[in-house]
Amino acid sequence: MSEQLSLLPNYLTAHLQLTLLALFFSTALSLPLGIMITRVRWLEQPVLAIAAVIQTIPSLALLAIMVVILASLQLQSIGFLPAIIGLTLYGILPVLRNTVTAITNVDPALKEAAKGVGMTSLQQLRRVELPMAMPIIVAGVRTSTVLVVGIATLSTPVGATSLGNYIFSGLQTRNFTAVLVGCVGAAVLALVLDGLVRAIEVSVRNRHRTGLLLSLSLLGTLYAYTLITLASDFRREGPDPVTIGSKTFTEQYILSELMAQQIEQTTGNLTRVVQSLGSTVAFNALESGEIDLYVDYSGTIWTTIMGRNNFPSDKIGVLYRIKQFLQTEHDISLVGVLGFENAYTLAMREQQAESLDIRRTSDLIPHASRLSIGSDYEFFAREEWAIIQQEYGLNFANFRSMDSSLMYQAVTQGTVDVISAFSTDGRIAALNLRILEDDLHVIPPYDAVMLANGKFVRERPQVITALQYLGNTIDANLMQRMNLKVDEQGLSPSEVAETFLRTLDSYETRATVTNP
Amino acid sequence: MVRIENLTKRYGKSVAVNEISLTIKAGEILVLLGGSGSGKTTTLKMINRLIDPTSGRIFLDGADVTAVEPHQLRRRIGYVFQQVGLFPHMTVAENVAITPSLLGWDKDRTHKRVNELLELVELDPTIMRNRNPSELSGGQQQRVGVARALAAKPNVMLLDEPFGALDPLTRSRLQDSFVRICRRTGVTSVFVSHDIVEALVLGDRIGVMENGRLIQVGTPRELMCHPVNDYVQQLISTPQRQASIVDALLKRET
Repeated sequence: MSEQLSLLPNYLTAHLQLTLLALFFSTALSLPLGIMITRVRWLEQPVLAIAAVIQTIPSLALLAIMVVILASLQLQSIGFLPAIIGLTLYGILPVLRNTVTAITNVDPALKEAAKGVGMTSLQQLRRVELPMAMPIIVAGVRTSTVLVVGIATLSTPVGATSLGNYIFSGLQTRNFTAVLVGCVGAAVLALVLDGLVRAIEVSVRNRHRTGLLLSLSLLGTLYAYTLITLASDFRREGPDPVTIGSKTFTEQYILSELMAQQIEQTTGNLTRVVQSLGSTVAFNALESGEIDLYVDYSGTIWTTIMGRNNFPSDKIGVLYRIKQFLQTEHDISLVGVLGFENAYTLAMREQQAESLDIRRTSDLIPHASRLSIGSDYEFFAREEWAIIQQEYGLNFANFRSMDSSLMYQAVTQGTVDVISAFSTDGRIAALNLRILEDDLHVIPPYDAVMLANGKFVRERPQVITALQYLGNTIDANLMQRMNLKVDEQGLSPSEVAETFLRTLDSYETRATVTNP
Repeated sequence: MVRIENLTKRYGKSVAVNEISLTIKAGEILVLLGGSGSGKTTTLKMINRLIDPTSGRIFLDGADVTAVEPHQLRRRIGYVFQQVGLFPHMTVAENVAITPSLLGWDKDRTHKRVNELLELVELDPTIMRNRNPSELSGGQQQRVGVARALAAKPNVMLLDEPFGALDPLTRSRLQDSFVRICRRTGVTSVFVSHDIVEALVLGDRIGVMENGRLIQVGTPRELMCHPVNDYVQQLISTPQRQASIVDALLKRET
């Protein structure tokens, strides 16, 4: 708990930055736009329709689309920018629609009176229509506020830190304290901001000067804090921190922490971990230099990046060709292998496998039509799955996609019979699952490899040296145990990484002592 | 002084106001009298350009009303609305001070003027200034409406059935006050009404309108003695006819 809370200032500040800026932009956009619509009536339908369409895009998808759009425009596509743009777009509709409705519904008698006493069009708006419409417009701002605070948690997968870091990593590593801290944090923030907006509105309506001054200065303080912290983020002194990416599963959280700690301890460089990136988001971010380092798997590069669908089982050959390919095509350098493989592998409940006498993947063939298979979101869309189905001739009765952290639960509870497990997942042993051997050898090797951006390698060679020290230090067994410590024993990825490095150091010290 | 020449307003094929010519003398109260759809309100709203005429011209103190921007024209013409039209988010004082503030009067002058006006419409400034319109009775609201119309010392005031929604006693009191106010300020008033009693009580002259035409203009006495047609004759004799019915009823009771 206390470890989770120590992350709070950082995450909360980031969340506040995202929320307040997005709200500022969406209000600043939709208020004038709404006013314009009430003046140029034919704009109403098209503009409101566009805003409504944006709102119907699932928020996670909207943020992800921003990454693609920004990348195609050669702009910063990971992190703050896509999150801010996505959230701003999401915050527009409530303010826009309420502004239009409120102004159109101002009593026509009052509009005529405003005109009749000699107001210009602008004065009518400023002195009568806007004040009359204000309560409903503010209601729209409040809806946007609550909406944006909630959706800002989804900025994490596009690389922007937020309270969502708690939720995403917590769900993956089964740390429900973290999930809870994230959710409660977001809820409290939503209530506070909503209350503040409401306080401003009530003070304005009741002409309560002190109340207005108080609530405005509170909000002003929050904005000032946001801008100051943002400015200091941009103007940080000294070299940029080394940015390490991680995908959305436990092993990746541990390995990113491990690399970060190794770099900090050996080189003294500051590091920054960007958590919970999508698989291709991570690769693209590495290529564009938005992250400097991350761990990927040879088989994944082979299939998804190189687009090969022949799978040699020759590990060294695959690694060699990947290294060449990444170097020449993407200016990405393969820093080293970590020493273990994390392969896609089919797994079942030991008991069921025993009773059906299934040991190898080909044993599944006669039973598949009565079995259901569960997998993470990615697997069924991957080349490996197509090959497995094709080569083994497997035809399952049922397919279910789910979050990878829930897959294991699903198979132990019998919701599905077979899952596409990761071979290093500690839960395979802990939950008594049987791994089905790939007896036809159709799945490529998945050696964990540390990848670095080429420019980064040339500029910070000492960091690369520090990482090479980690080469071949983790075998599959060790990785399984480290994953299990996080998934089942409630340790944090950084604690596990720390323990590992300490052990590694003591071996090294012993080695230098005994072997001078 | 207001001079109207051949004023016409068409909406598509229907004619709301048909070739009206009329001069309202300085300091006079002219009541435009007619049923609904007779064109009286449309005529009124063309004077301060809330409605643009299809053809014809209007002169205010000799100058064509189209010579200045509509909002500038409206600041020189007081307007009292049928539905009162006080701004609910402003206090009584702020409502009255609207036109002066649009004209950029300084604070002191506006403050004094608001007090003066509230006294003129028989409201106590110390009590009323900071009230919200919603806290006032219908009669009080319309008094504020009249004060607001007169705030910037206009030469002309337009009133669109201002007392129509009030109870008879309040209406009668406001009518009395209104005449007093007009005499004191010397403002020229065009007063739209559908109530013949109100027209007789208030009007120096009455313009009778029917189907967009101004069928007769004259003092109450002129209308009474020389009605141009049956309609005017019927209209003008209504109060006496009703009074005699009431009289008869009362006599039977005793």
